[in-house]
Amino acid sequence: MPEAALPARALRAPASQARGARGEALAGLFLTLPAGISYVLLLLLPTIAAVLLAFTDYELGAPDVRWIGIENFRELVDDRGFVISLRNTIVYVGIVAPASIAGALVLALLIEATTRGKALFRAVFFLPVVSLPVGMATAWQYLLHPTIGPVNAFLRDVGVAGPAWLTSSDTVLLSLAFIGIWEAIGFNLVLFLAGLTAIPRELHQAAEVDGVRSAWERFRLVTWPLLGPTTLFVVTITMIRSVRVFDSVAVLTQGGPNRASEVLLYTMYTEGFTFFRLGYSAAITLVFLVIVLGLMLLQTKVLDRRVHYG
Amino acid sequence: MAERPSQPGAELARLLFLGLLGLLFLMPYIWMISASLKPLDEIFRASLNLIPEGGGTLRNYARVLAEVPVAQYLWNGIVVCAGILLFQLMFAVPAGYAIAKLNFPGREWVFGAVMLGLLVPHHVPALPLYVGLSWLGWLNTYASLIIPSTISVFAIFLFRQFFKALPDELIHAARIDGMGELSIVWRVIMPNALPAATAFAIFSVVAHWNDLFWPLIAVTGHERATPALAILYYRSEEAGDDFGALMAASVIMTAPLVLAFLLAQRRFVEGIATTGLKG
Amino acid sequence: MAGIAISNVCKSFGSFEALRGVSLEVQPGEFVALVGPSGCGKTTLMRIVAGIERQDAGRISIGGRDVGQLRAADRDVAMVFQSYALYPHLTVAQNIAVPLVMRRLDNLQRLPLLGRWWPGSRAARQAIHEDAAKAAAALGLGSMLDRRPAQLSGGQRQRVALARAIVRHPKAFLMDEPLSNLDAALRVQTRREIVDIHRRAGATTLYVTHDQAEALTMADRVAVMLAGEILQVDTPDRVYSDPQDLRVAGFIGSPRINTLPAEARGDGAVEVAGVPVGLGTPDCGPLTLAIRPEDLRPDPGGRLEAVAEHVEFLGESLLLHGRLPQTGTAVTLRLPPGSQMPSGSFRLGFAAERALLFDAAGRRATLRLAVHAHA
Repeated sequence: MPEAALPARALRAPASQARGARGEALAGLFLTLPAGISYVLLLLLPTIAAVLLAFTDYELGAPDVRWIGIENFRELVDDRGFVISLRNTIVYVGIVAPASIAGALVLALLIEATTRGKALFRAVFFLPVVSLPVGMATAWQYLLHPTIGPVNAFLRDVGVAGPAWLTSSDTVLLSLAFIGIWEAIGFNLVLFLAGLTAIPRELHQAAEVDGVRSAWERFRLVTWPLLGPTTLFVVTITMIRSVRVFDSVAVLTQGGPNRASEVLLYTMYTEGFTFFRLGYSAAITLVFLVIVLGLMLLQTKVLDRRVHYG
Repeated sequence: MAERPSQPGAELARLLFLGLLGLLFLMPYIWMISASLKPLDEIFRASLNLIPEGGGTLRNYARVLAEVPVAQYLWNGIVVCAGILLFQLMFAVPAGYAIAKLNFPGREWVFGAVMLGLLVPHHVPALPLYVGLSWLGWLNTYASLIIPSTISVFAIFLFRQFFKALPDELIHAARIDGMGELSIVWRVIMPNALPAATAFAIFSVVAHWNDLFWPLIAVTGHERATPALAILYYRSEEAGDDFGALMAASVIMTAPLVLAFLLAQRRFVEGIATTGLKG
Repeated sequence: MAGIAISNVCKSFGSFEALRGVSLEVQPGEFVALVGPSGCGKTTLMRIVAGIERQDAGRISIGGRDVGQLRAADRDVAMVFQSYALYPHLTVAQNIAVPLVMRRLDNLQRLPLLGRWWPGSRAARQAIHEDAAKAAAALGLGSMLDRRPAQLSGGQRQRVALARAIVRHPKAFLMDEPLSNLDAALRVQTRREIVDIHRRAGATTLYVTHDQAEALTMADRVAVMLAGEILQVDTPDRVYSDPQDLRVAGFIGSPRINTLPAEARGDGAVEVAGVPVGLGTPDCGPLTLAIRPEDLRPDPGGRLEAVAEHVEFLGESLLLHGRLPQTGTAVTLRLPPGSQMPSGSFRLGFAAERALLFDAAGRRATLRLAVHAHA
């Protein structure tokens, strides 16, 4: 039997090892350089600038800039428009997040349990995720149009007077939230499906043998606990994505009527690019950043440990 | 689960429910296409017919194609998404590999910076980037649309995770064979990065084709408008009069990604799922 | 304790026939090992007995009762899975208690939060906890009741799975390769423990494994399965020394039994490689002569010639690998340590009664060799 030569690959003479290590270090630095430069120029500096801007009264085209400390934030607190915007955003997230998470979970359980058509159903519900939000928003505008829209036409046929979904301040936020749920469910569905298929089948079988008879019991004993990490991820991602609502507002309502659909990012956009009050807009951005960071912190600190079993 | 004697009744109920819900889910698409094929007077009659009377008309599409520089917009979309993806990969793949496999001073700091970057939504640097680009006079160009998105910390993170799972022996063997570090990146790492790159590419293209926020900021006018912006413009110009044409425009701009999805469904879903679960 | 009766069970997956009319009877309190190579269908059969898979045809009876219509939860069998299938979010105590919780508490007592305070719940849960602790203690897990599976070693997880099985005193135990994920030393030790549990509980056990040594050491009877069929069910001794099928002879025993192509001359003489080795059968035609490595020895008076190729030192014995030059057939001899090793050409000898004759279809010929190999 031929004896294998001691793998020379493991051993390097000290001198060449040092050279090798240096070469590796140089290569490492060289390879990270482009990313590093663009990181600094396009992410780090602008973010710092945004944070700093929040404490100035910078307006585009204004001759000079002054440092005004927390004046912007004081103004925000008093600004009724901002308060409404913040409240609307919270309401929007409060509707979209739970509904799209629970809805996606139910759909995932149903689709997982079917024997045929899984891919088809998955595709149907996932379609909104890849569709141009602006394009679909205009489709929704047509659907929900008070006079010529199919929804109200259908309601008329059954004798119900449909409201002006997107133009009445009572229903506009709700309508946008509904569209938001429609947009978000597919994404969550795919994540839940992946989580469900990752659950080892033997665990379900063991539960059967142990005496678990109903689907609800099996869900409680096996599915829900093992879906923990996925659920946590879906919750965090959904909340962050829904806080970022912008497209539908920009296209359909521009925050109206009467700020009834004003949301955080849209306010930030108008303050910055319609009124050119960049300092003020940066302050709003900072609030937005704090909210997002808070949500992420919630995930890692509070919930993460409870959900991973070792 | 599938081996259990499945009650056919339950299966039927499930299929019915999913089918019905699916149909409801598709309503926006169905009505969008239907309206795009109807003449204006029929739309205003608010009939509940899905099939346009008289077989429908292509007048809306004709109008859109005549009045709107559709090709220009679609081309812009392609250029911007491709450009962004190209630079993202160019920056992130080497960096991800370096952080994952190479030992260099400051590596932990770099990775820390990447993780920190993941926390910051892209809306935050938007303002200063706008100011900077404006000062450089680069607004309203492809550059303004592409440049800010070229740094994707998410991509770096993703590739780092991916390369970490690659066996070290692959690289050791290449070194023994005499390959220099850069050669290794070019000949060994890049080809092996394809699965992760494909998944990321899908994620990136979908995100940037659909993005409204940044193009709205960086671009005014029609020359460099992306598909998302195009619809916004058309809508404000139409002011809710010609729904048929508006629907046609929406169909045209939405169709490319939807068709790509329908053709490569599994890849899309896997791409979004795996990047989502790792990120 | 109940017996298990499997009659004529068939199962196909698409066009692949996994089980072709399999029948087996396990007596109450008996330990039967179902052994065969991967893919032979043994796990499928076990899953059908448990009720987590449904057969296409055939009957399963447990304790004399046809359980075909019963789902797994109602069959009162316990199963130990190859991967242990422990609930990762529950502690050891809770894992073991699951079967009891499912059976002794009713729906209301099991409700998420309210269930604890429902009437009767406290007493029942107390009793459950005691029984679970007892089962845990029986398997040496008493000090680990509050740990989670992720904090346990492979061997400990295995025992939790066993404890979960024994805690409810089921009619029968089904074990699906429970030891294959353990390292060698642990496997041997756990083997004995499983047999101990079986004896103490007097439990009917159907044990699936691909390791023939495991089957031989543990079981009262061994069922050898290949390609969806059970070829032989017998005591370990008889399955080893009296195989009825060439495939059984080849699967059982390590190192593999020697199979020499032979010929029956029609006048009773049996020849191997043209050399008459004894009298066997009046028929004419090709045969296979099978003989175990420990039954072959170098014998200067023997009739068969072989060429030595190489020697393997096993510690408690030596394996001499060689070849019959005329046919190229490989032979292996197991010799006691310190034996004189022949080199080059040498002659083989064996006791005629140790030789097994198989016909061309692989079935055991009823007559044995009658005359010593050297005459």
